[in-house]
Amino acid sequence: MATPSSALQRPTAFVADSEAEAKFQARKNRLMWRRRLLPLAAALLLLGLWQAVVVYFGIRPFIAPSPVAVAYTLVDRFGILMQNLAPTALEALLGFAIGNLSAIALATAFVHNKTVEEAFFPIVVLINTIPVVAKAPILVLLMGNGMEPKIAIAALICFFPTLVNMTRGLSAVNPQTLELMRVLSASDREIFWKLRVYNSLPYLFSALKIAASTSVIGAIVAEWIGTTQGIGALIIEATYKFDSPMLYATVIVGASFSVTFFFVISLIERLVVKWEPQAVH
Amino acid sequence: MTALAVACDRVDVHFTTERGTVTALHELSLDVEDGAFLTMLGPSGCGKSTLLRVVADLIEPSKGSLRVLGRSPQEARSKREIGFVFQDAALMAWRSVLANVELPLEVGGGASIAGHAASPRELIELVGLKGWENAYPHELSGGMRQRVAIARALVTRPRLLLMDEPFGALDEITRDRLNEELLRVWEQTRTTILFVTHSLYEAAFLGQKVLMLAANPGRVREIVPVNLPYPRRLALRETPEFVKLVAHLRAVLETC
Ligand SMILES: Nc1ncnc2c1ncn2[C@@H]1O[C@H](COP(=O)(O)OP(=O)(O)OP(=O)(O)O)[C@@H](O)[C@H]1O
Ligand SMILES: [Mg+2]
Repeated sequence: MATPSSALQRPTAFVADSEAEAKFQARKNRLMWRRRLLPLAAALLLLGLWQAVVVYFGIRPFIAPSPVAVAYTLVDRFGILMQNLAPTALEALLGFAIGNLSAIALATAFVHNKTVEEAFFPIVVLINTIPVVAKAPILVLLMGNGMEPKIAIAALICFFPTLVNMTRGLSAVNPQTLELMRVLSASDREIFWKLRVYNSLPYLFSALKIAASTSVIGAIVAEWIGTTQGIGALIIEATYKFDSPMLYATVIVGASFSVTFFFVISLIERLVVKWEPQAVH
Repeated sequence: MTALAVACDRVDVHFTTERGTVTALHELSLDVEDGAFLTMLGPSGCGKSTLLRVVADLIEPSKGSLRVLGRSPQEARSKREIGFVFQDAALMAWRSVLANVELPLEVGGGASIAGHAASPRELIELVGLKGWENAYPHELSGGMRQRVAIARALVTRPRLLLMDEPFGALDEITRDRLNEELLRVWEQTRTTILFVTHSLYEAAFLGQKVLMLAANPGRVREIVPVNLPYPRRLALRETPEFVKLVAHLRAVLETC
């Protein structure tokens, strides 16, 4: 192909303007710190308010603890809390992996074969309508008192949103891009790997972010039924003993874990799905 | 014998839907010479897109015979001799400009024509996007995305380029500029172009001939020759000949 005429070379490319860039960066930094510091200040304010209410009204510890008491418990019983976080985290992570992997596999089968989808989708919907608290005892009876039923419940709870999102992501491709692939005589395999898979990634990650917190909930709820260890067991124990500082501390540890999990997934999403203009967190 | 890029002989296309059968094209006969630039005008729903889609083997004609570059449409498609540019650039958001232009060489046995293919970087330069090879589609304007789509369609050096309202979503200034550039690309590559548009000016400015289709059912109304020399520049549109031609096209279109 011949070289283009120079009339075409519009000065569209990047111009170095370090001053403007520095200004842009400074503004971006300022906004970022603002977004971080303001919620922190609000949180501190609310904690202070909570402490003041507990002290002022003389609320007794078995009804609600003061934030200071909770903080004390968090430090004092850190060992026990972590010891119990370990099994819950393991159950949640394994459940997350198993649930999402099987959802991805099934969504792939659905997209390749309509018959499979028509046969199994209603069953999946049916299973999903059973609430976790009802599924848990069934699985405990089936799988005994070990970690297995907890993993199974965490997996089940992740499964459905991922299946739905992944099926959508794999099938909701731009029809013109699909026609383009046909014009290019692309095989089904190429359409799957070069188009559908990439198209599904943003959908997959939004499901994974949901699953990051629900898998932890699943594991905790499962632990409420007959276990002596784990965050769920600790919650039950603290409740029976009216040990409210311990109850709150346990809840905080569980919540911190799911928040961390969520952020790890968000981070991976940002590294993988680079093409979507990301909303700043 | 001049080879025909497209030879349509009494082609019918029917679509069956819940509301009955629609005749999108009826007994459409059309010959397009190799290397020609044919623009297509017609009221909405008259079957312009359908015509491009049967030529590209995206749908099969219900009746009649159709040869593309001397072969069946299916053979022409699988030999990668057809390029298609849609109204929506249909770029892959996860691919850079360069990777989007390279896509046709990666799929459908594209590797086998790699020796015969155009250089993706040169094509990006040809459409005026030098320096943007590593940008992602969301960083580009609508006009730039459409240029990428054109470069992508040209990378296999297709002998037939089908364009379905490629500049329909762009502002007038960008559209004018791309019109001039498209003519230059055509003069350089000598590929046959079938170009659908709703703009009388665009149809008259680009084409050697303007195919006017009538609706319900879609059929050829008239083929209007454009006797204006190439290379054409935008100033041509101010000339009395051009104005007269557009007036004629408008009059014919009103009867379609
Ligand atoms: N996949 C389809 N299924 C059913 N009917 C269709 C299909 N594609 C096109 N049609 C019908 O065929 C006719 C021609 O459609 P086509 O898209 O070719 O029109 P067009 O000339 O490109 O219109 P426009 O200018 O609005 O793009 C229309 O009546 C349309 O409803
Ligand atoms: Mg159309």
